[in-house]
Order: sequence, then structure tokens, then C-alpha cells
Amino acid sequence: MKHISLDPRVNRMELETPEDQIVQIDAEKEGWITYEVFHQKKTGTQHIHAGIVHAPSDEMALVFAKEQFARRGSTTGLWVVKSANIVATLAEDAEVFETTPEKLHREPSAYKVRDKIENFKKQNEQQ
Amino acid sequence: MYGGGYIHQDKNQKVQTQVDDPEKLAAFEAKIDAGEKIEPHDWMPYDYRRQLIRMIEQHAHSEIIGALPEGTWITRAPGFKRKMSIMAKVQDEIGHAQLLYSAAETLGKPREQMLNDLINGKSKYSNVFNYPAKTWADVTVIGFLIDAAAIVNQVLNSKGSYGPYCRALERICYEESFHLKQGHDAFVALATGTPTQRAMVQEALNRWWKPIIHFFGPSDKMSVHTERLMRWKVKMASNDDMRNQFLSTYVPKILELGLTIPDPELSKNADGTWNFGDPDWDEFFRVINGDGPCNAERLAVRSWAEEKGRWVRRALFNAGEKYVVPFA
Repeated sequence: MKHISLDPRVNRMELETPEDQIVQIDAEKEGWITYEVFHQKKTGTQHIHAGIVHAPSDEMALVFAKEQFARRGSTTGLWVVKSANIVATLAEDAEVFETTPEKLHREPSAYKVRDKIENFKKQNEQQ
Repeated sequence: MYGGGYIHQDKNQKVQTQVDDPEKLAAFEAKIDAGEKIEPHDWMPYDYRRQLIRMIEQHAHSEIIGALPEGTWITRAPGFKRKMSIMAKVQDEIGHAQLLYSAAETLGKPREQMLNDLINGKSKYSNVFNYPAKTWADVTVIGFLIDAAAIVNQVLNSKGSYGPYCRALERICYEESFHLKQGHDAFVALATGTPTQRAMVQEALNRWWKPIIHFFGPSDKMSVHTERLMRWKVKMASNDDMRNQFLSTYVPKILELGLTIPDPELSKNADGTWNFGDPDWDEFFRVINGDGPCNAERLAVRSWAEEKGRWVRRALFNAGEKYVVPFA
């Protein structure tokens, strides 16, 4: 049997779970969903993924995110988004990024003109 | 708090064995040897997943149950400052449990199942919390020495191989440093106080010494099981190594206060290892299997919270479209 969880991250993994290990949750009444939490440390910096919270609503997710991820140090912003709404690449598709480092024509370091200029100057001096 | 590194497994529990694809296993082990982290979507050996779930889940439960004896002391903590610290600590511990449940969930066991297994006694938590905190001095011993012991384990494990667990532990260790400091502060306040206060902290230390020695679990150097878990960086040090490290750092901090450790056989060898008197491992197993002074009470409190909190969770769930004022 396919493993079924309230956490979409777990469902996406398509794990096999023995029947007796599956707990019946009254999702109508108690099934809280997961939210991904993004934390901003200082104004002007990026929000960075910090973890997840289980929450019954968007607003409660923000409350729980504050309790869990803004307990110490500085915080200037928090975002929460339903985990189910995150669209992500698959780990096994990582090779689509493999050719990125090879595309040197997009790097400033791929363009070297100094030798040509020096040669050009030398030739001009000789004339 | 509160993971002690000891991963409990019932002796009579049927261990399901599953043979892993040798090619995938080799690639997995090469990745770990290269110092890379394993992430939820990566292939992992059956036993790696199983042991990690067990370990992280037991760690999470220990955070929840560990907060119970301390929670009862919030109202009785001496003075406003101590009340504030212990309250913040208890809140932290519950937050740590949430972080750890989140990490365990990525391995495929739902949070609700873990909470159910805690209540029905199927999964364990750190054995020390089956002992009572009789006086305020017991709370200072827990806050100082049990937290210190847990930090030894957690700092090591944060260098482990499973990404989500490491990330949770990094945050936890950061907050734990306050727990240790406030525990030490409260412990020192009693140890440098009046003769009554000193006697009180000495008695608490006497009560807690055996559970402290138990904390990292029995010697596991001879176990083949441990060797593989260490190769996979699930366990980062043997129980004995962690206990030695803990004793080397904290025994001097107890002795400098003129307190006595209730074990005449306690001594340090030249190689940094420690000798200690027989801490009665039978008692350890008896207590972990349910027959300790507080097992029933701890689980009853947890059950009560689950039952009595249900209407809150349901009310929140049914809030639907109703407007809630955003907090920020």
C-alpha cells in the first residue's frame, strides 16, 4: 500500500508502508497541513528556507513559524507557503543542470584580449 | 535536551531484514565517505531509514517528555528570573520536538503516528525522564548535567549524514547553549549558597547520578550493529566515548564546587576513559520497559494533553474563512 501522509513531502516520496503502520487520522477535524517557512534575518536580505510547520490555516502557520523560527537573534520577515504549493525539481533530474559550468561563454573570464593588444602594440612599434 | 544517543530497540521485536541493492549501497556509502549529506529523496538502505526514524523519533519524544518535569516547576521556581528562564526553556524544548518530528517525517513516518506510538508505549524516550524531580535542586541538576550530556550527543550528531536531522540539530544546539548556562547558573547558586541549599543540591546529585551514567546507554563497543551505524554516520560516537567526553568535562565542574559524586569507584584513566561503579543496567532496562517511578505518570500527562487539546485543534481547523488578525 502506498504511504499516505498529511505531509505532501512524504507523499511525493511514494513510500511503501505496511498496513498496520498507517494511522487513521480524522482529516476532516484534525488534519493540519504543512507549510514551508522562509525567514529573513535583516531588511534588504533574502528570505531563506528555515523549515516547516504543521498548521490548520495560513494565519496559524505564521504564528507557529514565529514561535519556532524567530525565537532567537534578529528577524525582519517571515513567509509561509503551503508545502503542496511548492513546485520543485526532482532529485533524480539533477543532471539537467550539469552543463551549466561548461557554458563558459557566459563568464567574463572567458574573454581575454590582453595578449592581442600587446601583440598589436609590439607590431606597431616595429614598423 | 535531550537525546542521549542510546537507540532503544525492543529485544522481542521482530526485526525485518531487507537486502539492499549492493550497487546502490556502495554508491550510498561512497557518498557518506566523501562527507556528503543524504537528503530525503536520495536512495538509502532499509536499515538506515529504520534506525534514523527510531533515533530521531525517540529524540523528539524526549524533548516533549523532558519538558514535563520542568514544566511542573515553573510556578515553584524560586524567584521571577528563574521562572522566566525555566518557562523559556520549556517552550524551547517543545519547539525542538517540533523540529525533530519534522526531520523524522521526511523519512516517511507521519507525525500523528509518532505521537500515537509515544502514548501507546511503542516508542521510547530518554530514560532519565522516568525519574521524578523532587525538589528545585533536581531541576538544576537536570538543567545543568542532563542538558550538558545531551549537548555532547547533539553536537556530535549535527555532523552526521542525514541532512534534515543535522539542520534541526544545528538550530537546537544553538538554543541549548542557553539551557546549559541557565542550568549551571541555578546549580551554582545552590552549591555556593547556605548549608541547607548545599545539602539540597548534594541530595539531588546523589539521586541523579545513576540516571546520568545511564544516559548514554550501556557500553556498545562490542556491537556490530553500532559499527555499521557509525560507518553510515547515524551514530557519531559510541556510548562509551560520549560518556567519557561528558565525564571529562563535567566532573571537574561538580568537584570545584566542593560537592561529592556518589560513586567511590569513579576515576579517570590516563587515556581519558573513565571507570565507574556498576550503575545497575538491569534497572535501566526495567525502567525503559515501563517499570520506572514516573513512566505511567509521564504518559498519562501526555495522553491528557492530547485529549484535552483536541477541541482546540478542531476549533482551529474549522475556522475556515473566518478572519484572523495577522500577527505581523
